[in-house]
This record gives sequence, C-alpha cells and structure tokens, in this order.
Amino acid sequence: MTNSRTILICSGKGGVGKTTLTANLGIALAGQGARTVVLDADFGLRNLDLLLGLENRIVFTAQEVLAETCRLDQALVKHKQEPNLALLPAGNPRMLEWLKPEDMQTIVGMLSERFDYVLIDCPAGIEDGFKNAVAAAKEAIVITTPEVSAVRDADRVIGLLNTHGVSPVQLVLNRVRPKMMANQEMLAVDDVTDILALPLLGLVLEDEQVIVSTNRGEPLTLNGSASPAAKAYGNIARRLQGEDIPLMDPAKDGRRGIRARVRQLMQTKIF
Amino acid sequence: MTLQDLIDKILRRQPASATTARERLQLVLAHDRSDLSPETLDQMRREIFEVVAKYVDIDLEEGDVSLETEDRVTALVANLPIRRSMATSSQE
Repeated sequence: MTNSRTILICSGKGGVGKTTLTANLGIALAGQGARTVVLDADFGLRNLDLLLGLENRIVFTAQEVLAETCRLDQALVKHKQEPNLALLPAGNPRMLEWLKPEDMQTIVGMLSERFDYVLIDCPAGIEDGFKNAVAAAKEAIVITTPEVSAVRDADRVIGLLNTHGVSPVQLVLNRVRPKMMANQEMLAVDDVTDILALPLLGLVLEDEQVIVSTNRGEPLTLNGSASPAAKAYGNIARRLQGEDIPLMDPAKDGRRGIRARVRQLMQTKIF
Repeated sequence: MTLQDLIDKILRRQPASATTARERLQLVLAHDRSDLSPETLDQMRREIFEVVAKYVDIDLEEGDVSLETEDRVTALVANLPIRRSMATSSQE
C-alpha cells in the first residue's frame, strides 16, 4: 500500500492529551471507514490499551512479532465495536531495552501494508523512546495546551521533528478554556500558533466528558457523543482526511458575558 | 499596544497573565532555540561591544544585542548607535 499514512502523535510534555487524542482519532478515522492501527510506542508506561478498553486482550506485542515468535495478525488487537481499528503495543515494559529505531521502522513498514492510517502514540520526553518513534514517522501531530511549559516543550519537539525531516507537522491545541482566553488569563490560540509557527489542525475544549470516557475505556468518538471534545476529535479526523471543516472560534464562546465584551474592547490595538 | 496595556500602565497595574505568559515564552524560546544561556549571551554582548568600540565610538547606554524570533527563525540582532567614527575623530 503506497498511500498509507504514518502519523506520529507527540507533545514533549507528558499529560497534555497525546494518548487521548490517539485513541479518539483512531476510533474516529476507523468510524469514517479508514483501516486504522494505533501503535503504542510508549512501552515504558503504556496506556493506550486502557483508554481503548483493550487492556485485557493484549497477548503479544510488536517485540514478539520482530522476534518471529508470533505473526503480526496474532499481535494486533481488534477493537470490538470498531472492527476497522486495531491496537499494537510496541513492547513489554520488562524487555524494551533492545527496541531500536530500525525495529520501529520494520514494524511500521509491516503495518502500512495493511492499514490506511498508522497512528503512533509517542512517549513523553525527547529521549530514546521519542527517537525510536520519530524514526518511523512520516508526518506528525504535535499536541499542546495553552500553558507556558507545554508550549515550550512542544517547541523543542518541533525542532527535533524538523531535523528528522518529518513533514507535514500540524498542531492540536488541547484543553482550551474560552472564558479564560476571553479574559486574557490564558494564552490565546493565535499566540500559540504564532510562537510555534505550525498550521492548526484542531482545537479541543476542556471537557469533563474526557475523564468519564477514560474511566469507562470508551473513547468519546465511539458512541457519537455530542460533547465538545468528541466533536473536536471527529473534526480533526475529517480534516486529516482532507475535508475542509472550519475551526471553531473560542472567542465566540467566551465573549458572551458583558465583562468579557468589555475585555474584548480593551484588547483593541490603539498604536 | 492595546487599550488594556495603556490603562494598566497608567494605573501601574500588573498586565493580564496571558500577556506575561507570551512575553516569558518568547524570551525562553529564543534561548532554547539558539542554545544560548542568558550568561553566554551577556558575555557575547560584551565582546561584541568591545570589538565594535575599537572601530567606532558607540553609545553603550543605547546599544543592545538580543535574540529575536519570528516564524521559528532566531536572529541575533545588534543595535549599536554610533556617535561618530574614530577615523574622522583622529583626523581632527
């Protein structure tokens, strides 16, 4: 398969929503008819299985496939409700030392023969785990939140992606709080996109339903939830597929109150 | 400058935290991207001043050497106002 896409989902900083994005994007793409596999490259502390509700069904990992102790289709965990989606953990936490960038390339090569989308859930940090994952990636989605530490770490990762020749690199801004943005108490969307100089693939609002769905092991995009985050993930999947879906304007959401309107006026450039 | 910035200045109030965040980020990223610590930059600034001062009389008070970033390209920007060139002053 020549038109298979391998997309690395990374952030630098941990806890900004990489794995949640990977799980929801995987389900959404599969639901839109694309054969999709999510590869958990975060083998030290893997959690993608948990978010997808597949934690009890893992028998083999990519390492057994590489060692030829099992076939690829034995290691792939098919999702029950979304048969277009499969999960492959990169490895067992206890035997990860020998996994090298070339191994990741081999595995991704095998996967791209069977799937339209290979989504790689990248470990946090910029050490070996990141280097393994980036070696196999063709394009990337950098996810960050509008906080100084997350944006700073995202910037480091973008620099490394550029050196590795990964392109295109697109941005997802997570945990956006429109009211705080309208009140100038949170970095604005334009601030983040200007600083990181990346095209914006999507905005995800802060949404309590994300926690609920994580508790259940059922990604929001699985059951057609109408929550803001579910819509955002669905739109990100459609944009990836080439559909032209306008980005939401968080300012519109935050501008409702009179206080926010006054704040808006105060932001008028005078000179 | 926005209307808010002006009012903040007049009332000597702290700017909104998003403004502070943006400014702090831009500074820290300029250093991250160039791999220069503030101390190294300071030393480089002093040495640049010394070299330039050999040839022209510069206004050290007004001079500035800093990192600026736009579209992921970081540049070292030196702004050194010249009082007069040494060559002409020695001929006088």
